[in-house]
Amino acid sequence: MSTKPVIAPSTDATISRRGLFMKLGILFNGFAALVLAVPVVGFLLSSVTRGRASGYLSWVPLGPVSDFPEGETQLATFRNPYVMPTDGKTVDTACWVRRVAGDQFQVFAINCAHLGCPVRWFQQSGLFMCPCHGGAYYRDGSRASGPPERGLFEYPYKVENGLVTIQAGELPTPGATIASLTGEKPPCAS
Amino acid sequence: MRLMIGKIGLAKIGEWFDRRLQLAAPIREAAEHPVPRNTASWFYVFGSAALTVFLLQLVTGILLALIYVPSAGEAWSSLQALNHQVALGWFIRAMHGWGSNFMVAIVLIHMVQVFLFGAYKFPRELTWVIGVFLLLMTLGMAFTGQVLRFDQDAYWGLGIGASISSRVPIVGPLVVKLLLGGPIIAGATLSRFFALHVFVIPGLLIAFVGLHLLMVLKLGINEWPMPGRIVRRATYEREYHALTKQEGAPFVPYAIWKDLFFAGFIILAIAACAFYFGPFGPTGQPDPTIIQTAPKPDYFFLWLYALLSLLPPAMETPFLLIGPPLAILALILLPFLSGEGEKSWKRRPIAVLTVLLIAITLGTFTRLAQFAPWSPHMNAWSGDPVPDRFIHGTTALERQGALVFQVKQCRNCHSLGETGGQRGPALDSVAVRLTRDQFIRQVIQGGGNMPAYGNNLSPAETTALVAFLETLHPAGQAPARDASREIVLRESSQKAPGTQQ
Repeated sequence: MSTKPVIAPSTDATISRRGLFMKLGILFNGFAALVLAVPVVGFLLSSVTRGRASGYLSWVPLGPVSDFPEGETQLATFRNPYVMPTDGKTVDTACWVRRVAGDQFQVFAINCAHLGCPVRWFQQSGLFMCPCHGGAYYRDGSRASGPPERGLFEYPYKVENGLVTIQAGELPTPGATIASLTGEKPPCAS
Repeated sequence: MRLMIGKIGLAKIGEWFDRRLQLAAPIREAAEHPVPRNTASWFYVFGSAALTVFLLQLVTGILLALIYVPSAGEAWSSLQALNHQVALGWFIRAMHGWGSNFMVAIVLIHMVQVFLFGAYKFPRELTWVIGVFLLLMTLGMAFTGQVLRFDQDAYWGLGIGASISSRVPIVGPLVVKLLLGGPIIAGATLSRFFALHVFVIPGLLIAFVGLHLLMVLKLGINEWPMPGRIVRRATYEREYHALTKQEGAPFVPYAIWKDLFFAGFIILAIAACAFYFGPFGPTGQPDPTIIQTAPKPDYFFLWLYALLSLLPPAMETPFLLIGPPLAILALILLPFLSGEGEKSWKRRPIAVLTVLLIAITLGTFTRLAQFAPWSPHMNAWSGDPVPDRFIHGTTALERQGALVFQVKQCRNCHSLGETGGQRGPALDSVAVRLTRDQFIRQVIQGGGNMPAYGNNLSPAETTALVAFLETLHPAGQAPARDASREIVLRESSQKAPGTQQ
């Protein structure tokens, strides 16, 4: 009995029948992988694609105007519009509401414009201070000192039937939003 | 007699298995492969120690997974149950937490040793490159593990991660949503970090550790570097062959006993830390509406926390986005740029200085981050009293100023009598440095790193505050004064006597 392989690997340019089938087999599996890749990638990117379809941003109520005394800044909380059953307490978000006068408001994100830590309002000195890296902001949200390169993020708001409503639903971050590419209004344009 | 039968029986069973598995010969060959005699050193134990801690992390990690619930709604309470309800749950958590600290430390020490001993040079370049990826994965495990301890620090730490990622040009916001698994930090975020920490990164780690070890076996352990013994591609393998095959000794048992002793020592050290110091956290509940928190990263990211506070704002984004890729690239390129030449640290002063510089820099930043002088002390204004000596014998106006100083939260950033924030300079002897006019300007307009208080102080408050600040000088030292102003005042009073009463 010879120990030589039944079919020697072809060394010339001719293609054997089995060699062709192997290549076809690889090609076939490549095709199957491609077919599978579409839903897999779609699933992986779902949190991004949904965001582009503006599914995340909504108008959420903060409370009646009368809850916010004129000239004062106070903490308010709202429930994020996009909720999953496993979110627990993380769906509740805080924000700072400043009633300038009458129906004129400023609603600031709780997240520092530097790296997102929760800023705290100090009534007496009229400053927002961040506990992480020492950013400080004036009462109108503009930058006072420290590492932030800009003022606090502001939520768009409207007052309807005596109810303060803000457009929220996305974590405000210092990077430029993709909204400018899709023609949406950025969530925290100030 | 019975023992002998037992022994023969055992040998037979062993033979039965090996006829089918055929693993005994390759295992024996691997264990007894010859190593250069001088590598049986205590300097060569860190690689096996890193492997030991990794295996320990696998075991304690699986044990934690028996109780832990990767759900944003329940993770925190399952950690509480581990700490307080499940017998010895606290100990397993502590072992896993301390194990992670030890693992990062040992991997870094291993890397420094390999670098200083020139072990990355020909033909072990790929072993080093895979080691670089192993370091990155270890850090990845440390960060994702911190997220799984789903408390306030984890929640706001994710916010920081998202804020950094958002600064990537163009795709930043997409990266944020990909990282968080949704528009905000919530259930999907924890779940994907769980998948990374428990499946993805450990899977990669196991594969890469396997490759790393395989290459150590195939290429042989690095010989002890001798000053003057130059690595050349043409001759190295022949020289190494002489060191191992002719003069070498079998790894088992010649060198392994030191690895075994050190591995045992490390496991006991982790257990001792776990027993005495206990588990890490969890801190407060991950409730975003509780904002009375000052999040801090775990020990091995403290240097980054300091760096992010101290970099000039304009440099921060370029540094964050360009720095890490450059550092990783430098590490990967290292063996290709200096694949030959001297191995001994005694002939490589720049290598030694580089290690020292990096160690001192990281150490300094870590130390600074432990007391975070850049962060305002949020409760200093209400919690830290003005020491008696600063208000003893003051006028009513000055005392009123001390009150303004306290109430307007100046203490949050400025210390007095060594209590208070350290964001701004200590004010114990500030009157020696600033004149009255300079005080007024600084308070009203701010400047340097200080916000302007012009809109927040009435003229009366400013006057009182400055009067108080002017008293802040040591007893024997006169306060700063503007000499030219006195001359101007004297001259004007001479010209118009009676107007300067």
